[in-house]
Amino acid sequence: MVNAWEVASIVAVVAGIVGFFVVLRGSAFVAHAVPNGSFAGAVGASLIGVSTLVGLGVFSLLGALGIGVLGRRGRHDVVTALALVMMLGLGALFLSFSVEYAPEVESLLFGEVLGISANEVLPTAALAIVCVAAIALLYRPLMLSSVLAEVGEARGVSAFTMEMCFLAVVALASTMTVPVVGTLLIFSLMIGSPAAARSLTDRPAVAMALSVMIALLTVWSAIAASYETDYPVGFFVGTVSAGAYALGRGWAAWRRRPAAQSLEGRGQALTTPSLPS
Amino acid sequence: MSAVPALLIAPGFFSSEVVRVALLVGTVVAVVSATVGVFTVIRGQSFAGEALGDTNTAGGSAAFLAGVTPLWGFVVVGVATAGAMELIGIQRPRGRDLATGIVLGFFLGLAALLLYLSATLENTTGATQTILFGSVFLVSSSTLPLVALLGAVALAMVGLLYRPLLLSSVSAEMAAARGLHVRAIGFAYLLALALAVALAALTIGTILSTALLVGPAASALRLTRRPATAIAAAAAIGVAAMWLGIVLAYDSFDWAPVGTGWPVSFFVVSLIFIGYLLSGLPGLIARSARVA
Repeated sequence: MVNAWEVASIVAVVAGIVGFFVVLRGSAFVAHAVPNGSFAGAVGASLIGVSTLVGLGVFSLLGALGIGVLGRRGRHDVVTALALVMMLGLGALFLSFSVEYAPEVESLLFGEVLGISANEVLPTAALAIVCVAAIALLYRPLMLSSVLAEVGEARGVSAFTMEMCFLAVVALASTMTVPVVGTLLIFSLMIGSPAAARSLTDRPAVAMALSVMIALLTVWSAIAASYETDYPVGFFVGTVSAGAYALGRGWAAWRRRPAAQSLEGRGQALTTPSLPS
Repeated sequence: MSAVPALLIAPGFFSSEVVRVALLVGTVVAVVSATVGVFTVIRGQSFAGEALGDTNTAGGSAAFLAGVTPLWGFVVVGVATAGAMELIGIQRPRGRDLATGIVLGFFLGLAALLLYLSATLENTTGATQTILFGSVFLVSSSTLPLVALLGAVALAMVGLLYRPLLLSSVSAEMAAARGLHVRAIGFAYLLALALAVALAALTIGTILSTALLVGPAASALRLTRRPATAIAAAAAIGVAAMWLGIVLAYDSFDWAPVGTGWPVSFFVVSLIFIGYLLSGLPGLIARSARVA
């Protein structure tokens, strides 16, 4: 139980920080695709008898960088979707070769936070430090490139390099979080908390701190609720994240009451949110 | 489906009832997915398509619990998901990813709960894999009329909406200026998408339905700029990938390492992926010719 608290807290901090950029860059799809697809790596790893973490790492990195490279030419969302299904297709193949069955798959997909052992704490913490350090190093150029890609290019910050760096960080974050909260639900943490935080404040540093706090509250309450009810942690993480976002949106709407009739939502161009490519 | 030596198509392929149903259902699904998919790609809503597929996991497991055919679960949850996305703001380009993501996260949480319940209450742990990865070989011929009906509804919706949908997908401003209700069209389209994805989920599994939706359409749109041609090309690519995938999966019953065959989904997805990569070649050649 103590291990679960420690690991889940580490995961929440990383998800809160990395997720802030995911939301800022509009990369929710990538944040869904990379952890989800990396699940194939875990199955493959168990097939050839290497550590799950290695399989997850290799697949998430290959997937993320593949999306980055192919995304230069094709449409970003299309490439993400195709990379995801290709990885999942491989996952289906590996599964059919493997003798392990449903329970293992389910725990990979939805996580098994309460079953974390003490020797999983250290690798998770190490990867988390790398992740946070990478974001700290990249902070200014990544922020510039995410918000104003053109200005960034003019100042010598290559949008493509930033995209690749960011994708690598997402891959790293997936690798460490998937065994804990599962491929499907790390995504809730990476999207719900930062999105809620962003609707509360416009200042990046404050939003990031809030995002981490909301993510921590989410996992803590989810673990406690799961412990009490015996229902899966993932259910609570998903519900609390969505709830946090709904509250954030509600608060933002209430604060902006007088300006209700804004131009939002009327006849805007339906172009893809222009990710730097 | 015994192990028989194979040349190109293993013997018994055409006389097998399972294969015949698979080919039929596969064709319907591939055509519907490709047609709807062309608009998905033009509108940049691949993520919504993928999310609708994923949330079907919740629908599938709910249907499992309720003891009805999964298709109903898919359809009900698909429509609910589409509604939730619309409410949060999928129609705004900036909020699109986020709206999809939040709804997806919530429904995946729900799926976790439902799968847990079906595992503990019904003691059926195999449910997850069947729902997630599905198999076109497992479709019973009794669902055929339902599949055809839903496919027809989805196609009819796209057909009826064709011109306004195309205009509002390409330029929302112009559509709004012409007096079209862009938001209503977008929502109607989202419902058609939910139906198409539910159909695909049934045959190649919820998490792989995106392949049929996005792959053929994206490949076709790289080959031609004309929407009608793109739809025809996408349907052709989708059907080809589906048929070839079924043939290969049938053949694979004789392959190593186990005598149970490789999953159809794997073949279909790989073929679609290769098709997408190949569809980039003409453009690449044209570009390098221009540079030279």
